[in-house]
Amino acid sequence: MSVFFASGLVQLALLVGTLVAAVAALVGVFTVLRRQSFAGHALADLGAVGGSAAFLLGIPQLVGFVGAGILAAGVMEVVGIKRVQGRDVATGIVFGLGLGLTALFLYLDTQHAGTSNAAISVLFGSLFAIDAGVVPLVAALSVVVCLIVVVFYRWFLLESLSQDLAAVRHIPVRLTGILFLVALALAVELSALTIGAVLSTALLIAPAAAALRLTRRVGFAILIAIGIGVGSTWLGILISFESYGWLGGAHSWPVSFCIVIVAFAAYLLSGIAVPVRARRSRVAHVL
Amino acid sequence: MFSEFLINTWIAGSVVAVVAGLVGFFVVLRGSSFLAHALPHGAFAGAAGATLLGLDPILGMGVFAVGGALTVSTLGRRGRNDVVTALALVVMLASGALFLSLGSQYSAEVFALLFGQILGVSSAELLPILALGAVCVVAVVVAYRPLLLASVLPEQAAARGISTFGLSVFFAVLVGLATTMSVPVVGALLMFSLLVGPPAAARLFSADPLRAIPLSIGFALVIVWASIAAAYLSSLPVGFFVTLGSAILYGAGRGWFAIAARRPAAA
Repeated sequence: MSVFFASGLVQLALLVGTLVAAVAALVGVFTVLRRQSFAGHALADLGAVGGSAAFLLGIPQLVGFVGAGILAAGVMEVVGIKRVQGRDVATGIVFGLGLGLTALFLYLDTQHAGTSNAAISVLFGSLFAIDAGVVPLVAALSVVVCLIVVVFYRWFLLESLSQDLAAVRHIPVRLTGILFLVALALAVELSALTIGAVLSTALLIAPAAAALRLTRRVGFAILIAIGIGVGSTWLGILISFESYGWLGGAHSWPVSFCIVIVAFAAYLLSGIAVPVRARRSRVAHVL
Repeated sequence: MFSEFLINTWIAGSVVAVVAGLVGFFVVLRGSSFLAHALPHGAFAGAAGATLLGLDPILGMGVFAVGGALTVSTLGRRGRNDVVTALALVVMLASGALFLSLGSQYSAEVFALLFGQILGVSSAELLPILALGAVCVVAVVVAYRPLLLASVLPEQAAARGISTFGLSVFFAVLVGLATTMSVPVVGALLMFSLLVGPPAAARLFSADPLRAIPLSIGFALVIVWASIAAAYLSSLPVGFFVTLGSAILYGAGRGWFAIAARRPAAA
């Protein structure tokens, strides 16, 4: 264990992982409340376009992720599909095209830029391969997301629960939607950096969904979700660090895999609490 | 372009297109784009796992895609569907990443699984693709009426004694099978685009399923053929052209009808 905490790589991974997991869990609670899992996932995959293009252009990967994510959020807002609910064909098509572009860029990366591991790095990420120089940017973006959520907390809460109610209370519904989409894009792209574009949905959804099964109060749910998210990240990093040589291979298990599995286990475990709570409060559970 | 080593690709591509056009129609009708996006990821994990164990990749893909389909449809019954789908998706993808890292594959092979390649189809692989394609087509034809009713009017279907839950499990497995056969050609991340693009475009032209389904199959065939040709000529990944084709087709359809709808209103 002392080896674990002494390693510089691990310290960096824990630092970045904690920031990102907390931000993702915070935004994730609202994402689950608004039933925008598909939108969150689409933003992550579209961010991969930027992440893969970054190798070609020689800019930092995070800049590529965030740029493409914000752009994609803008497009989704303009096309008027901010309430996607997993049903909209237009999102599907836009986001299919995004994946196609990712394929193209990744192919060009391997062919021309000579980065043969671009595909793995963009899609599945690795906390152990993070450049220390990116930490200030990660921290700054995390603060931005937190500020957005804290300042507009009431708006988000009411608008997520009922758009009509929000409109009656003179909350600018459309602006709230845009603000939320920006926060969502930032959170998703940050987690794309740590566990990879296609897996970032795990940090966004799993802790939040688990927390919302444990409590109905959104404030509590956010705290629990952050706890689960950060806990999953730490445990995942530890498992990955210790796993060298398990199952005979001369590799350690990918850190992204470990984090995803721990977060998923947390979600499954939270299911045990649901029947208990339902019996106690006699409220039909929707989550 | 039509030489010996590409013949298998043309045949496999055509079968994939027919099945995608057919199954995809119901994907769009039922609004299960997210499911169609998630299951191919399971196939990816299965292929990676099977390669690791030295088994036939198509076996692994089948097991994982169908397993994923059953998980999503049974867990989604009690819980929230989109959350369960999202989580199943990332767990399957993450397992794929684990298998790949354990097996120390070259990243080119990973890339082929995720984004497809046209040179990947051997004669031995062709047979399972044809068989799975036939199974999917027969399944849709047999269950056509209840599936249609349960997709459009779930309450009425339930009133007629059709088990909507049973049908949604059946449908999820169907998407899983369609996915399994397509991954070697189109790739795990991009099959989704073929399942959604052509049917969505076809439904713009006709609401009648008996017209929209053939149209959707036709669109899918054109996209796949054009993509194989383009990928051969440019040596860029085939999946890129498939998604581009789907997007252009759907965009053109939307644009055409937007203009057509404005004209009589102005007159």
